[in-house]
Amino acid sequence: MLKGRVHKYGANVDTDAIIPARHLNVSDPFDLARHCMEDIDLDFVKNVKPGDIIVATTNFGCGSSREHAPIAIKASGVSAVIAKSFARIFFRNAINIGLPLLESAEAVEATETGDELEIDLTAGTINNVTRGKVFLAKPYPDFMSEIIKSGGLIEYTRKRLAGKAA
Amino acid sequence: MNLAEKILAAHAGKEHVSPGDFISAKVDVILANDITAPIAIREFWKLGLEKVFDPKKIVLVPDHFVPNKDIASAEQAKILREFSRAQGVTFFECGQMGIEHVILHEKGLVMPGDVIIGADSHTCTYGALGAFATGMGSTDVASAMATGDIWMKVPPTIKFNYKGKLPKYVGGKDLILYTIGQIGVDGALYAAMEFGGEVIDKLSMEGRFTMANMAIEAGAKAGLFTPDKKAVAYAKGRSERKPVVFEPDADAAYQAVHEYDVSKMEPQVALPHLPSNVKPVSQVNRVYIDQVVIGSCTNGRFEDLQMAASILNGKKVNSNVRCIIIPGSQQVYLDALRSGYIEVFIEAGCAVSTPTCGPCLGGHMGILAAGEKCLATTNRNFIGRMGSPKSEVYLSNPAVAAASAIAGKIVSPEALA
Repeated sequence: MLKGRVHKYGANVDTDAIIPARHLNVSDPFDLARHCMEDIDLDFVKNVKPGDIIVATTNFGCGSSREHAPIAIKASGVSAVIAKSFARIFFRNAINIGLPLLESAEAVEATETGDELEIDLTAGTINNVTRGKVFLAKPYPDFMSEIIKSGGLIEYTRKRLAGKAA
Repeated sequence: MNLAEKILAAHAGKEHVSPGDFISAKVDVILANDITAPIAIREFWKLGLEKVFDPKKIVLVPDHFVPNKDIASAEQAKILREFSRAQGVTFFECGQMGIEHVILHEKGLVMPGDVIIGADSHTCTYGALGAFATGMGSTDVASAMATGDIWMKVPPTIKFNYKGKLPKYVGGKDLILYTIGQIGVDGALYAAMEFGGEVIDKLSMEGRFTMANMAIEAGAKAGLFTPDKKAVAYAKGRSERKPVVFEPDADAAYQAVHEYDVSKMEPQVALPHLPSNVKPVSQVNRVYIDQVVIGSCTNGRFEDLQMAASILNGKKVNSNVRCIIIPGSQQVYLDALRSGYIEVFIEAGCAVSTPTCGPCLGGHMGILAAGEKCLATTNRNFIGRMGSPKSEVYLSNPAVAAASAIAGKIVSPEALA
């Protein structure tokens, strides 16, 4: 069960907003987390607490393919991102590194900054504790569930390679 | 099947694929740069392997912070250099280096019919050759470097047909900006874009690379062109590999079809802070600019510099403007030099740089201060993209950028006279 307070944003939060390229001359997760969201929310780094949840409207993570974006979010302590829709590369990157993403337009509509959420990833439920409402996220396709169950793409690939060798 | 489905089916060893299918596709080229490769290499080592699956299919291009702007970026580039030497993968050192999405096709490393993945979102550029090329993250690249294949969901395809005749100073950049303005930055989310029509048949390869390059700005997985004689001729002679021409079936299925008549199209400008925030240049009023950047993987090719030089020839850059010109590759630089364009730029008062992605992503070589405005031929104008989060980036084609550098404000080249 994931639990945390909401930081809510609007549409088209791009990867430059999540982690500006000027900080990409390094790739250490801790260094990246120090600048997470700084171009659209200077207070995010100050306010974020372990377990917190980012909620946004459409096309979250658009722009660059930089995996530094989900890495920065995860290293900030954020436990999950909920949006109406995600940009394709960001979605893939987040699954690959084990940052849970949930799609639910209804949950986004009914949630504001500061709300307390509980997420059950297995059931795919989002419980807005503050407002007493429960929402169901769009289920992952089976193939992606496999990657998530393996613990990310590298573990999944390692298993595949072991299978080939056997 | 449409073009994307044909290429993906062939690489998945299947007779037929449909949108939504999960496939494992063999990859012909795997690409990463000095920002994304260090993470890809770190993840690759976690697999416990000693060697990549095939060094000939892997290309590492340090282009974002190179020539290295500081110690941290030098350390990043060093990771690529050392990995490349040890593994024998293709690597471009400073002096031969260019922007990845300018040199890969220029040097014949990507071919029609290929599946190409790159840890850079503008990998979709190679769709201009009739390849399925798509951007991914570092971990995907790490896994593909080990196995030579990649999982993919077959995307639906949206077809775009352009008819009519392009007016003067209107080109590939305007077609793609207009299209993104019509469908929005998530208008092709999870889909492939297939471009065609009589306007595309006549468009230069450079114009097509520019269009495919910006497919990602509409959220697309790939932007594709059916390879015609021009595309095959471009690819042949650059490689020992043979181009493989896939064409969409006559009864191919599309998620949607859009048709645009371009005959009355003006050059387009994207206003801050989204590439979809597009207006015809005549409707952009009194935007005084501090900087112009002509270059990038979108518009840093020879034809782009030729267009800029034709406008800057014998003129001076406005005293309130810094005009930075960055050839996309050493070859582009040399060709521009031999054509006399570099002299034109310098006499006009432009700064000319060795190839780099620098200013496009706010890296180096042209960073904006708070309150400054830049007109760039690059691909993104997100908040803080080129420097201060309080700066503004406008996007246009090279002709509008050059004319605006002279005028000191955003204008059409036709307004200069």
